Amino acid sequence: MGWTRKDLLTMQELEPAEIGLILDTAASMKEIAAREIKKVPTLRGRTVVNLFYEPSTRTRTSFEIAGKWLSADVVNWSAPGSSAAKGESLLDTARNIAAMSPDVVVVRHGAAGAAALLAKALRCAVVNAGDGAHEHPTQALLDLLTIREKKGHLEGLSVAIVGDIARSRVARSNIHGMRKLGMTVTVAGPPTLIPPFVQELGVKVSHRLEEAIANVDVIMMLRLQQERMMEALIPSLREYARYWGLTPTSLGAARQDVLIMHPGPVNRGIEIAPEVADGPYSVILDQVANGVAVRMAVLFLLAGGKAQP
Amino acid sequence: MNALIRGGRVLDPAHDVDAVQDVLIQEGKISRLGTGLRAPDGTPTIEAGGKVVCPGFIDAHVHLREPGYEYKETVATGTKAAAAGGFTAVACMANTNPVNDNRSVTDYVLAKARSEGVVRVYPIGAVSRGLEGKELAELAELAEAGCVAFSDDGHPVMNSALLRHAMEYTLPFGLPIISHAEDAHLTGGGVMNEGAVSTELGLAGRPSAAEEVMVARDLCLAELTGAHVHIAHISTAGAVRLVRDAKARGIRVTAEVTPHHLLLTEEAVRGYDPNTKMNPPLRTKRDREALVEALADGTIDCIATDHAPHAVAEKEGDFDQAAFGIVGLETAVSLLVDRLVRPGLLDLRTLVSRFTVGPARLLNLRGGSLAPGADADITILDLERRLTIDPRAFHSKSRNTPFGGWEVTGMPWMTLVGGRVVMWERVIKGGVDA
Repeated sequence: MGWTRKDLLTMQELEPAEIGLILDTAASMKEIAAREIKKVPTLRGRTVVNLFYEPSTRTRTSFEIAGKWLSADVVNWSAPGSSAAKGESLLDTARNIAAMSPDVVVVRHGAAGAAALLAKALRCAVVNAGDGAHEHPTQALLDLLTIREKKGHLEGLSVAIVGDIARSRVARSNIHGMRKLGMTVTVAGPPTLIPPFVQELGVKVSHRLEEAIANVDVIMMLRLQQERMMEALIPSLREYARYWGLTPTSLGAARQDVLIMHPGPVNRGIEIAPEVADGPYSVILDQVANGVAVRMAVLFLLAGGKAQP
Repeated sequence: MNALIRGGRVLDPAHDVDAVQDVLIQEGKISRLGTGLRAPDGTPTIEAGGKVVCPGFIDAHVHLREPGYEYKETVATGTKAAAAGGFTAVACMANTNPVNDNRSVTDYVLAKARSEGVVRVYPIGAVSRGLEGKELAELAELAEAGCVAFSDDGHPVMNSALLRHAMEYTLPFGLPIISHAEDAHLTGGGVMNEGAVSTELGLAGRPSAAEEVMVARDLCLAELTGAHVHIAHISTAGAVRLVRDAKARGIRVTAEVTPHHLLLTEEAVRGYDPNTKMNPPLRTKRDREALVEALADGTIDCIATDHAPHAVAEKEGDFDQAAFGIVGLETAVSLLVDRLVRPGLLDLRTLVSRFTVGPARLLNLRGGSLAPGADADITILDLERRLTIDPRAFHSKSRNTPFGGWEVTGMPWMTLVGGRVVMWERVIKGGVDA
């Protein structure tokens, strides 16, 4: 099948075959990353604007490298130093960017629905690089690519996503993607961090770490936003780390062939112990490497590169 | 002002009238109801055959935005919108700038209403100075100046002692306290109903319990003080249950519901249209059904629009940033006739009652009926007229509605205030331009 969408906004809207197409395209992009000269002319003359309203070194850099390896011109429009700080609205910024005729706008914004809003306002392709607590589809795609590489397949696998599910766009995108591909998902955390009716997304809920991670193929730990203490959702980082941190001890409940993932940035010693993050089960750095390949694939499919890379 | 309204179906729930009759208006008052009435020579005649002649509709909860936010709405444009929507009177909330927490602001609003208003305007005074919930506003002077109720609408009074004192202090005036019932800690940063849809959309939620704990608190304080508390824009099945029980126990409580809570649910928020962002939020199907049932059985006393005009820029951006609220004056009657009365969920008489005698009683107003001697405030409905809701045609300064494009049958055809026609076929007569 071919790619037909103008934008990549959510995992929820993708068909399983579309997810497969992105993953297959990304797998072929990895070959470029392995070359000594990592540059192909595929997107020469195309312009990609990275529009980031929230600080994000990792995701922005990943998109930037992806665009550059495909020879696109990549421009970073980061909000703190831009007109967003002067009170310009998202739509006004969008209209201004549109006037400069980019081919792809990659947007990260603190408000759920922001990417869809831009997609409606812009004729060019829009990639959602995270909209509030809603979705972060390229993160889910790179997670799926990583799991598929390590396990050889996706269907039938089981995953535990642990931590601040309520505020996590990574969790939502992964839940949609994994469910579509026939994986089973358990979300786990203290009840204050589990959003209401999350079962309606097709997941199981657990309130005990050892129970959640026993017998799963993949454990995905989420970053704990430290301001969650201020909202009286958890008592202390210390207590959170004790009951919800993945440590060599708590990992004893898991299978021998388990994969440990984290979307980063990691709070070492809080949701994950350093020796686990750096340990033999961890694929955290594979995720980062696959991030570039997935974003190359997405830019390639959306910007309509004609030649194969 | 004299007129003869001839041959319409006169529907006055306050006096149990529902019959084809003529209405004779003399000097701005209802003179007589009857068949084959004759008017003195030269009296203008309004042919109302096939139409429904009702007491003037009253909206107990609007935001006219003046003074301070004239870019959203003014007394002039808001009352035109009211007339266009079939309302002969509106009660306007205190969250202007400056806040209506002292009589000079009340005087200003009333002066504007006299000089530029198209329908009657009844100001609602603030409960607390600056709506800050810390000190009482000058409640006695506000009452003397003409305020018909007190409310910190939009800013729930979190300090229970302050609300208790407001209830006690205002008891001698006989005016209700209108409660925007939401616990501000429980609502937090929520922008929609908390539930399955907020979880899916990644938007912060406001739980039903945020409303219900405050309604329960308000009812306890009403019982303690003997005051009349009116629950604004009730939106949850649980809050309805609390009000129903309290009424059964004789507590002085009334409640209003908005057209949007009667017609829409949280499902409407999918797509992140900022015109589906309101406060309290759109709830679940179960809540919506409970509201319709409570409106029918009288647990809910009146329909109020919570007409909340906002400029385009305040409603076009991302959902989190967008302002809360929608305009309602020009869509309420058509929507409810079409979506509640036409399918048989509510009978017309009850709908008219909740727009007339319901709000009149709770605000102690003279209107709400067609009894001889009453002001000739009259709303005439055309139940057969089909129209498509077009926000560009609104008389309001603002266009923020989720109902644009809805096809409806039934509309307010004519509005009379004090016997004078102020709206006919959506055209405003009289008033001055803002």
